[in-house]
Amino acid sequence: MLRGFMTLVGALSLALATTAVSAQNFDDPDEFAKQREQLEMTPNGPEGQPWLQYLGEDMADTSSHAKDGPYTFCFSNAGVNNPWRVVGFTNMQAEVEMHDEIENFVHVDAEGSDDKQIADIEDLLAGGECDVLIVSPNTTAALTPAVERACEQLPVIVFDRGVNTDCPVTFIHPIGGYAFGIEAAEFIADNVDPGANVLMLRILPGVDVLETRYSAGKRIFDEAGLNVVGAEFTDGDNAKTKSIVEDYLQRGQIDAVWMDAGATAVAAIEAFEDNGLEVPPFNGEDQQDFLQKWRDLGMTAIAPTYPTFQWRTPIIAALSVMKGEEVPGPEWVLPQPAIDGDNLADYINESMPPLHYAMCGCEEMPGYPERWGGRD
Amino acid sequence: MTVADAAAPARPPRRLARRFERYAPALILLLAAASYLGVVFGTGQTQYLTADNLIAILNRSIALGITAVGQTFVILVGSIDLSVANLISVAAVLASFIMKGEASMIVPAVIAVLGVGALVGLVNGLVITKLSVNPLIATLGMALLLQGALSANFNNFAGSVPDAWKLFAYGEIMGLPVGLVFLAVLALLAWFLLRRTRLGSDMYAVGGNRDAARFAGIKTDNVIIASHVLCSLAAATAGLYLAARLGSGAPWIGRDGVYDLESIAVVVIGGTVLAGGRGGVLGTMAGVMIFSLIDSVFNVAGVDAFAKQVLRGVIIVAAVALYAARSKRFAA
Amino acid sequence: MSAADGTAREARRFRLPAINPVWFILAALIAAIAIENANFLAPIGYMNFLKRAAPLAILAAGQVYVIVSGGFDLSVGSLITLTVVGSSMLTNNDPAATYWVIPLMLAMGAVVGLVNGLVVSVLRVPSLIATLGMMITLNGLAFLWSGGAPRGYLPETFRFFGRVNLLDVPLVNILPVALLVMIGVGTLLTLLMHRTAYGKLLHAVGDNPRAAFLAGVPVARVRVTAFVISSLSAVVAGILLGGFAGVSTDVGAGYELQAITAAVIGGAQLLGGRGTVPAAMAGALTLNAIFTLLNFLGLPKPVRDVVQGLILIAAVALATLRRRRAGR
Repeated sequence: MLRGFMTLVGALSLALATTAVSAQNFDDPDEFAKQREQLEMTPNGPEGQPWLQYLGEDMADTSSHAKDGPYTFCFSNAGVNNPWRVVGFTNMQAEVEMHDEIENFVHVDAEGSDDKQIADIEDLLAGGECDVLIVSPNTTAALTPAVERACEQLPVIVFDRGVNTDCPVTFIHPIGGYAFGIEAAEFIADNVDPGANVLMLRILPGVDVLETRYSAGKRIFDEAGLNVVGAEFTDGDNAKTKSIVEDYLQRGQIDAVWMDAGATAVAAIEAFEDNGLEVPPFNGEDQQDFLQKWRDLGMTAIAPTYPTFQWRTPIIAALSVMKGEEVPGPEWVLPQPAIDGDNLADYINESMPPLHYAMCGCEEMPGYPERWGGRD
Repeated sequence: MTVADAAAPARPPRRLARRFERYAPALILLLAAASYLGVVFGTGQTQYLTADNLIAILNRSIALGITAVGQTFVILVGSIDLSVANLISVAAVLASFIMKGEASMIVPAVIAVLGVGALVGLVNGLVITKLSVNPLIATLGMALLLQGALSANFNNFAGSVPDAWKLFAYGEIMGLPVGLVFLAVLALLAWFLLRRTRLGSDMYAVGGNRDAARFAGIKTDNVIIASHVLCSLAAATAGLYLAARLGSGAPWIGRDGVYDLESIAVVVIGGTVLAGGRGGVLGTMAGVMIFSLIDSVFNVAGVDAFAKQVLRGVIIVAAVALYAARSKRFAA
Repeated sequence: MSAADGTAREARRFRLPAINPVWFILAALIAAIAIENANFLAPIGYMNFLKRAAPLAILAAGQVYVIVSGGFDLSVGSLITLTVVGSSMLTNNDPAATYWVIPLMLAMGAVVGLVNGLVVSVLRVPSLIATLGMMITLNGLAFLWSGGAPRGYLPETFRFFGRVNLLDVPLVNILPVALLVMIGVGTLLTLLMHRTAYGKLLHAVGDNPRAAFLAGVPVARVRVTAFVISSLSAVVAGILLGGFAGVSTDVGAGYELQAITAAVIGGAQLLGGRGTVPAAMAGALTLNAIFTLLNFLGLPKPVRDVVQGLILIAAVALATLRRRRAGR
């Protein structure tokens, strides 16, 4: 009986075991080259306010959407299910408060489900009171039809992840995943000897913004002749991250650690510490706990960012659209600054919580720092 | 699940209690509707009181509804199915992978998906009956197998569905969404099967008291297997619907929608007893509507995402307690 | 299935029961790991393994109480999260706070277990639903309390239990504190289940609650106690996990099913009446050994999922088969 069952399961797996195909190409040399170039560009817009800056010259005309205030802004959020989104959404709420013309801010949260987010957008459209719709899509492919239908009724602004349609007024995002991977990997390649052992830590497979970080990092390590000893998935779990690094340390020497996200960077660093080893060159992200660890241990490190200040931009863009002013479009590419040894001290703030993202552009906003979980 | 003490003689429920149980889902539904009206008027957002919006609310939970119809069968026979969420992912991915945007591939894709669904249900049923594995473990194991098989081959949206297939989620019949009409028809069919056919009455008998059903000459194993096949077919159909709604299938959509636990929750909120034997598909539909209404209430009232979770947990337990506290059985 | 009073007699008859197969499986797995990776035989190798397995082993030891009583506890994973997040907010990097935060967390766990137990035994909600509701609620509370992201650091005094290895210990050289905690909790829970009157009542309640009730067993109190023990074990597991790797808002995710799996691999019978604490803990070590082995073999996560699923079903099917053969 059991054997029969195993056979059935085997057959089922085989039925599925066709060649894997992925809808998108996460290792696109053209996109890699474009983002590498964008990293070197000088952004347009006011200096010191990166959330207002943009790369490139293309602008979108919005005069047809001009309307008298006060306005109701609607926002369909994929979720606040990780600290990055928590910081970002706090930024957005604070930005809304800074503008009196926004009378109503309706926010629906899809709790990480595509199906729910589609329903949320339908609800907002059926309610019929939105002047503009801001969408942070849970996934690119699934939300496309819902966004297309929304476009027929009102101006739509998309940010963070995109959609497969150009109907939104603009799509706001930082340079992108390749740029993150490039900055981290180039720094590591510059700080180790050729042939050094690099461990790559990834959160999970299949997520567009993370896959591109990895492919860019891998490409640069291969070009630099470094030895990638492993690329492991951590599920973003501290305990698992620490265990994985410990296992690698038991088996051999690790000369550098590359990570596609920084939330578990401190756990990875602790694996070296707890085994009495020197911490090698590392990349993390702009989380406070990593920045402070970096300073305390005097590490050789870099923190590329996927800046949370991008959550301010959609509100600012939506206001411009309501006034009929042109905005960068069809894509509004924000700068993507990195934190390095030179400006590290500027971003450390010990009163902020461990997973506060330092590149939030929120220091001057109402309610800082308590609103972001900090102590005054 | 067969509760160890299911064989213990439950006291004959008094007529009043029975009447309460029958109407309780409707009562909770009324309560949910009243709180929706309360929130809409309380916050002065009367623009939400339109027919369009009512349909939008009902249209929120089609996938959950289809899954829950299937889950009702297995819970009625005293079993349970934790593999539905991952089966939904498998079905959606397989559908869009086979269709690849071609209308001509719709029929093969649907046949393949329903075939896989039936197979999964059959295996679940066989493991539970012939190997005597606890249904919770058997279907949890199946959930892991499906997830493993799926993520070994796919890690993102795979393929796409043609526009003709998207009508399942976005088309309209007489002004009503196709998905909603489909769910209503499905629920009526399930109701007919349960209340008007031999298999249906056997399911109630098996769920009520398996040994007694066996002595009465019912092939209990076959009834349990049949209910698992129906459940998995429903989950596969929900996957087909989601592929239409999302335009493609990805290996995480079932898990992200938490369809396993949510389908169980709506079934029990709808008055079907987890130990089996009592309840029905109309209650489940009430349960689905209650969930949709609660979601909408939260959205209209602008409840914080985290507070939503807390309230949802409390509501599930409170609703089930409403039925259960009157029972004299030992809960397990 | 025999009634409550029969169990004691049977136990006497089977004074020398066959050794639980989980021990053989565990031994075989460990041998395989050692062959695959010789470093495992060095103290640092196996001690790290035990240190990582300790939280799940403690969790399984608590879960088996609820399983023997005839229920499930799905709320342990989110209780772990709440413990870690709550402790980080309350201690906020103050080393002195550890001494009152840990007792407070244990008290919180006791309350959670009490509520679970009362909802199940007084409101008669099936434990699957009751603890599912609790799982969702606690998860929401952890997020609500912290605002969605960790708000503080755990001081070294708190992290001591899960992080620190005692050095220069005779015989083994290094000794993780987490292992000591595991041995302590394991011994305590083993004695409570297998050497006290409460343990006998627990088995009687799980075997046949109605018979136990008619025999005068305080069924509700026995059950509530089981849920409290499970919740307390989750708090202890949370303290170790937070100590091992620091704060995050999803530390506990998935642990509820792993704990049930571990208990089941250890031969515990779902829906009650049978199960032992040492075997459940061995089940936890087995599960961890499987993951470690698959990791060393370089197999990807999908394969791990499939293997875990197959083992789960096979373990239960074999246990049922064995019981049938034994005519029980």
